Amino acid sequence: MTSEPDALALTRAMHDTLRAEWTKLRTLASTYWLLVAVTVLTVGVSAAVVAASSYQLGAYQDTSKLSLTGIDLGQAVVAVLGVLVISTEYRTGMMCVTLTAMPRRLAVLAAKAATLTGLVAAAGTIAVCGSLVAGRIILPGNGFTVSRGYPLVSLGHGPTLRAAAGSVLYLVLVALLSLGVAAAVRDSATAIGLVLGLLLLFPFLAQVVSDPAWHRHLEQIGPMTAGLAVQVTTDVRALPISPWAGIGVLAAWAGGALVIGAILLRFRDA
Amino acid sequence: MTTTDLTPYRSRQSVGRDGFAQLVRAEFTKFRSVRAWVVTLGIAAVLVVVFAWVGAPHANLCVERPGSPQSCATPSVPRVPLGPGGEPVVDTFSYLHQPMSGDGSLTVEVTSLAVASGARNRAELGPDGPVLHPVHPGLVPWAKAGLVVTENTTQGSPYAAVMVTSSHGVRLQYDYTGDVAGLPGAVTSASPRWLRLTRVGDVITAYDSLEGTHWSRVGSVSLAGLPTTVQIGLFVTSPAVDGSASLATATFEQLHLDGSAPTAGWRIGVVGADTQSYTTVPTGRGWFEHSNGRFIISGSGDIAPQVSGVGPLSAGGTLSLLVGGTFGLIAIIVLATLFITSEYRRGLIRTTFSASPRRGRILAAKAVVIGSVTFVAASIATAVAAAVSRHVLPANGNYVFPLGAATEVRVVLGTGLLFAVAAIGILSLATVLRRSAGAVVTGIVLLVLPFILLQPLGPSDWLMRITPAAAFAIQGTLPRFAQVTNAYTLTNGYYPLAPWIGLAVLCAWSAVAFGAAMWSIRNRDV
Repeated sequence: MTSEPDALALTRAMHDTLRAEWTKLRTLASTYWLLVAVTVLTVGVSAAVVAASSYQLGAYQDTSKLSLTGIDLGQAVVAVLGVLVISTEYRTGMMCVTLTAMPRRLAVLAAKAATLTGLVAAAGTIAVCGSLVAGRIILPGNGFTVSRGYPLVSLGHGPTLRAAAGSVLYLVLVALLSLGVAAAVRDSATAIGLVLGLLLLFPFLAQVVSDPAWHRHLEQIGPMTAGLAVQVTTDVRALPISPWAGIGVLAAWAGGALVIGAILLRFRDA
Repeated sequence: MTTTDLTPYRSRQSVGRDGFAQLVRAEFTKFRSVRAWVVTLGIAAVLVVVFAWVGAPHANLCVERPGSPQSCATPSVPRVPLGPGGEPVVDTFSYLHQPMSGDGSLTVEVTSLAVASGARNRAELGPDGPVLHPVHPGLVPWAKAGLVVTENTTQGSPYAAVMVTSSHGVRLQYDYTGDVAGLPGAVTSASPRWLRLTRVGDVITAYDSLEGTHWSRVGSVSLAGLPTTVQIGLFVTSPAVDGSASLATATFEQLHLDGSAPTAGWRIGVVGADTQSYTTVPTGRGWFEHSNGRFIISGSGDIAPQVSGVGPLSAGGTLSLLVGGTFGLIAIIVLATLFITSEYRRGLIRTTFSASPRRGRILAAKAVVIGSVTFVAASIATAVAAAVSRHVLPANGNYVFPLGAATEVRVVLGTGLLFAVAAIGILSLATVLRRSAGAVVTGIVLLVLPFILLQPLGPSDWLMRITPAAAFAIQGTLPRFAQVTNAYTLTNGYYPLAPWIGLAVLCAWSAVAFGAAMWSIRNRDV
């Protein structure tokens, strides 16, 4: 009996695992509802914030960051999606079937991460583009005109493109962070509580603490505060952490959560 | 054939009663027998205390100096004088005064109130070298000049004053918190203001006039326990704005005292010159001139209640309780959700509904159980957190505004109520949704996210008024004063709603959710 080379067998197994995870996600109605909710809520909140803002003489306002405010709410829905991808399987008992069919548990987690990344990237791109369009349309009517030094929000502007791409990456990383925490905790309510509590902890403390050194450190290491630094397009030098380094901090948090989730998934019962 | 008597079988068990009390006991048994839930309740209480300690603000005592790094001295709590009602006050002003025994009256014509020319940034030697205190360049809206009767010249003494202000006309102010409006309009040399203060026993009456002949009464004040000999005279003061001290100069003419003065002659002095919001015109021109019956006096400071957000008092109130309360609330949201959704997940809900077909009472019993355990845990945790923050805030250099015992009890029990009502609301929402994820996220978005969105959304007052997060106003202890200009923001400890109104907003949300849950649980399969 001939045995196929190991690399080919592994690739085929990974391909099958990916197809299985994609099938699970695309056949659930809640996936589509959540993706629609991410888009609608992000664009809605961005439009509301932009409509409520008005031109003020004085400090130059960051129109791109203002247009992308909806990400603050969209990240909560993305966290729910990331948690539900894995915790629904535990709730329904499907995880036993999955792990029986695919004993390579890390491959299962990797496949879940890959499909989640694709979906959130797609929805996030639509949401971010919608928010920027809302800003482009509404802001000039609120006093942010070209004559006052505020060009139209456009992706041709380098920092705005960086803000948009960084925001999509931010949503993907939040989803991966939630996946890792849910793989560790297995219960959806607890996982969402932990993820949202972690995200909200650092900005809350940073708002309250007035000691400048502590304030700066909290903003540098917090997943939400560091990650959202990528959205800032004006006065980047005043940020506590540079934009891409901030995304790196969030990536470190997501990576750490995925590692802990992977270890617990690998060495624990289902 | 004889028939034997058959006694029907009677069970020895006592008849069970389908009462509400039994239902509550059943739900409480469900709660206490899940170890994870009891642990979560404990974690919520611990979070409230720990974050009250971690989230305690540090008073920003370092003054910005370009170039060199700052080393701050050990934080020390600023000394704040207390007024006759026990409230912290600002009492700093230039005072031209003399004692007056018995009844009498003082009249003056104010011909100008303007910004002082030549005021420079005040420099003083701090622990790390020279420190510059900036001075506000213009005339501030509440610059004051006029007549005042004070019990003595120490800070915090009872007083009644009638004054002209730069943007608010003539005012009668007394005992720091009282404020009555008189003639409107600004003072110019073409339209001066005449002021008169009359003392009869304990009652002080203020009059104003445009030309000195027709007087209109502004108001009367009774200062209980006023001694026979009081200090009476002219004062000028100008409050700090945006952290910068300000200076105002007033010109007085036709000063006339009608009463018995033990010592003849006016004395000029400054009350409370050691406060940070005080500055003075440097010598050369001087801040006091007297020639031909005309007095030109400059003054800085304020005679007003102390508010949080000014200078070293930048973090007053119960702000650290807010941080602790928010994170404890996240744990309670998760707990309240799990209390009902785990029944759906495990299928226990069918047993529960079979055992007690009247479903509304089940929801009510669950609400009673989760509400009462949350209330007890949150009240105890908040009491401990308040004691912790009472200790940590002064250690960080913050001034702690004095709190009455009734207010403290209101904060502690009110926070317990907040947690309980929020738990009942989340329980109802989870009953409607039957999925834990949606309920937890909705709860966190409505109760915690408004505090994070405060910064990006500039005019976010409405967010703190209509979302359930408004209930945290129950922890507000600092009153607002119309006569003091200040940033009455949340970071300074001021909530947009009155305490019980804020809690009522949360109660309304929870009532709607409870009604929806009652309806859906009875009109649905399970």
